[in-house]
Amino acid sequence: MRSVSIIGIGCTKFGEHWEKSFRQLIAEAGIEAILSAGVEGKDIEALYGGSMASGRFIGQEHIGALIADQLGLNPIAATRVENACASGGTALRSGYMAIKSGEYDVVAVGGVEKMTDVGVEQAAIALGGAGDQETELFHGASFPALYALMARAHMTEFGTTEEQMAMCSVQAHKNGMLNPKSQFHREITVEDVMRSSYIASPLKLLDCSPITDGAAAVILCETEKAKKICEQPIEIIASTQASDTLALASRKSLTEMAATKKAALDAYKQAGIEAKDIDVVELHDCFSIANILAIEGLEFFKKGKGGKAVEEGKTALNSEIPVNPSGGLKCGHPVGATGIKQAVEITEQLMGKANKRQVKDAKIGMAHNVGGSGATAIVHILRKA
Amino acid sequence: MTDGALPLIWRKFGERYDLDGNFCETCKTAYFPARTVCPKCRRKGKLVAQKMPKNGKIVSFTEVFSGPAGFENEVPYFIAIIELENKTKLLSQIVDSEKEKVKIGAKVEKVFRKISDIDPEGPIAYGYKFKIVE
Repeated sequence: MRSVSIIGIGCTKFGEHWEKSFRQLIAEAGIEAILSAGVEGKDIEALYGGSMASGRFIGQEHIGALIADQLGLNPIAATRVENACASGGTALRSGYMAIKSGEYDVVAVGGVEKMTDVGVEQAAIALGGAGDQETELFHGASFPALYALMARAHMTEFGTTEEQMAMCSVQAHKNGMLNPKSQFHREITVEDVMRSSYIASPLKLLDCSPITDGAAAVILCETEKAKKICEQPIEIIASTQASDTLALASRKSLTEMAATKKAALDAYKQAGIEAKDIDVVELHDCFSIANILAIEGLEFFKKGKGGKAVEEGKTALNSEIPVNPSGGLKCGHPVGATGIKQAVEITEQLMGKANKRQVKDAKIGMAHNVGGSGATAIVHILRKA
Repeated sequence: MTDGALPLIWRKFGERYDLDGNFCETCKTAYFPARTVCPKCRRKGKLVAQKMPKNGKIVSFTEVFSGPAGFENEVPYFIAIIELENKTKLLSQIVDSEKEKVKIGAKVEKVFRKISDIDPEGPIAYGYKFKIVE
């Protein structure tokens, strides 16, 4: 059976890039990835680019060919993939499957979003499209509102507190301090989160991920070939994906992400490991409650115990299960780029090149990318080839 | 929202004005909005039109302070997941209710309201909202 490895990575700084355009961002990340892979442009056979709402944000669709063009890779096959906030993870999985199938040996995958070229209300509309337009966004349900509904349900069912959710943000910002590419470099306290203004109660400003510009890219290669051209390939030992109803109201439970659970269980089975074998995870914490739902869905903690686990520091750097050493989505969430950035971070962790945020002896890592309020979930498990 | 597109609003009159949904006679499950195929029974399902009950209770809620375009002037407003009397769940705004009474378990009933008018020259979108009943 063919196996797929990551041989090159690239990522821009996350933040408000007034001086850079969409195409410049993805070109910057893509070139960095190609150079670090030790391959040349002519070796790359296909490209998958993830972007959630480039049409809404900058009026640009058809970005597959655009990225290939900007990287000087025409005439290779270039395709855009879109799966809301999981567009990046889906691009990665598309590249993985293209190599796994035997069609290609070397594939470039990237993710990019340029979100600050529109106002906040327009950005809210663009992001709201990840939910159900007809039964949610139409009624004024912003994206924070959907996660707020899950948060309130989790608080009611399990006694999760606003302070426990605040701790998720505190830890994320603490880790983000160690990541030079993070959008923010400021430690915050639980009081800071509790005092920040409500966006959609019980979620406050500092419970939410920011509006961000950024791009990330990785170069994938068939593993046997990768071992010949790369000093330390990082093998993808599981790649899984699951879906759920688009509308939150149609789900069986508001306090469990069924797609995350399904993708995670499939991934553990595919990799032949259990949750306790994961040394480091980059998970999808678009809102603080999403962090709690994810650590439960990925089976690091029992359902309903996530808030307590975060409060007890069990998800901090070099703890029981180090969550989001990069700072996660609180260090910036350029939606289409996030899934790829997670894979970049896990690759650096497994290579031992994560500097101050390095998780000790990280051997197996996971990237978990969610689309919308949980209708798409993608899980990748990585280890040294 | 809809960028003022009339057909997008007009096509939905049935499910926005009257809670028109449907019911699978095979597995006895009600759906709102109506589905083209029953996701449980698929080809074995038999779907018939059914109006949803207008009463239900709040399952979860949030007060929105930062709304998307078209709702900037509405904030703060309540959004809730409501479980109707036939167990079907839907998302809606809670209006005309005292703030302190918006809580999980509170009984609500459907009302007819303006939803938004994103484009001053475009059509106004109407539909259901819910209010607390004593």
